Amino acid sequence: MRTKIVLFITILICFLLQSTVIPEIAIGSIAPNLPVVLCISMGLMRGRKSGLWTGFFCGILIDLFYGSLFGFYALIYMYIGYFSGYAHRICYDDDIKVPLLLVTVGDFVYGISVYALQFLLRGRLGFRTYLFRIILPEVFYTAFLTLIVYRVFYLINYRLMKTTRKESESIWVIKSGEL
Amino acid sequence: MKKKLKFRINLKSRHLLVIMTLFCLALIVGAAASGHGPEKLQDTAGSLVMPFQKSIVRMGDYFTRLRQSFREKESLVAEREELMEQIESLTSENNKLIQDQAELKRLQDLYDLDLEYENYPKVAARIISKDPGNWYDTFIINKGTRDGIRVDNNVIAGKGLVGIVTEVGTNWATVRSIIDDSSNVSAMTVSTADYLVVEGDLELIDEGKLRFEQLYDQDNMVTAGERVVTSNISEKFVEGLFVGYISELYQDTNNLTKTGTIVTPVDFRHLRDVFVITTNKVDLFEE
Repeated sequence: MRTKIVLFITILICFLLQSTVIPEIAIGSIAPNLPVVLCISMGLMRGRKSGLWTGFFCGILIDLFYGSLFGFYALIYMYIGYFSGYAHRICYDDDIKVPLLLVTVGDFVYGISVYALQFLLRGRLGFRTYLFRIILPEVFYTAFLTLIVYRVFYLINYRLMKTTRKESESIWVIKSGEL
Repeated sequence: MKKKLKFRINLKSRHLLVIMTLFCLALIVGAAASGHGPEKLQDTAGSLVMPFQKSIVRMGDYFTRLRQSFREKESLVAEREELMEQIESLTSENNKLIQDQAELKRLQDLYDLDLEYENYPKVAARIISKDPGNWYDTFIINKGTRDGIRVDNNVIAGKGLVGIVTEVGTNWATVRSIIDDSSNVSAMTVSTADYLVVEGDLELIDEGKLRFEQLYDQDNMVTAGERVVTSNISEKFVEGLFVGYISELYQDTNNLTKTGTIVTPVDFRHLRDVFVITTNKVDLFEE
């Protein structure tokens, strides 16, 4: 129960930061994507289910205030969190390189899917512009942000939450165990 | 209780994924069908989250002011000397300007459309948070239904049109700016009263420009530098709000209409305070 409350508060704080402080540190009007970092970190550290729920609530919050189509961001973030959860079984989460790689891929997928589903379908074909002006800068900036905030999420996970390795992935975890 | 818990653990994550995916798709379809999100929920969530966002912004203001006051003291002395020099040059310049003023007055009378929107009732508002993504350009202001703001209210800042209110809660409102990629504004040129459609375009956002389309101008009367204001046939925008100046013009391949770009006088990247016009276009019809 405590875990859930801590997770929810973390999500809320991330959303608040993302909509108020993060735009202030934007470079060239490109802001990094903190919710993506959060749901990938949670997916990596706590497994697919946690990643899924984190992604879902991050997305729903964004949808509530800014979404042009209610439920759209929830879906994308949910999938990002879920698939980063696959890394939970294969990788150790105390190495910064793993979340860095996952965030790079995850944010890129996020950018591509927003472009494909909301821009391409409206006939905006200038993919190169969007790729080099929006998607790639955002990926790099978000990866850079990961370097800073991943340690914070890591501490939150291991200090404030129950480590639920066995519980969440009970069917799968046999070999990797507890570190 | 125990049974329930066990059931939840046994639910495989991929099944959960399928269930939640269907749930999200249902939300999307529901939102698309009704044309808006769950308003009650949005309003409740807004009332819960807004105080936090407001206090964060206020905190940021405080630190900015603190930093500024330190910096100011140092620079004040240097500034004073600079200002003394400026006074001299300004005095001579001022004389020249007085002459120009007379001419300006004359020109302004020609554009009497310009002053029209000073008559609309306005509410000043502060931008307290921005769209978290980089794809769209929407923001939230700190005034809502309590201050008389409604959906479809037009939003202006100092020099021109900024956007339109899309959602509203008791103490907050979401504004979609005109540079947002999904924004369309019906507008017209001032001198020839030709209609055109102004669209936001993410590809032009860096240059601070907007795209326009469907300008029907057979006689080539419209040139670069032409002023563009919101049109009288627009359903949602009140007439005569200044949008920008035409900067480029191209003939379409159909040889009938023209497209091009518009420069907006509003600095969207550093926007802080805006004015909301609390009269909707529809109200004007009813009166």
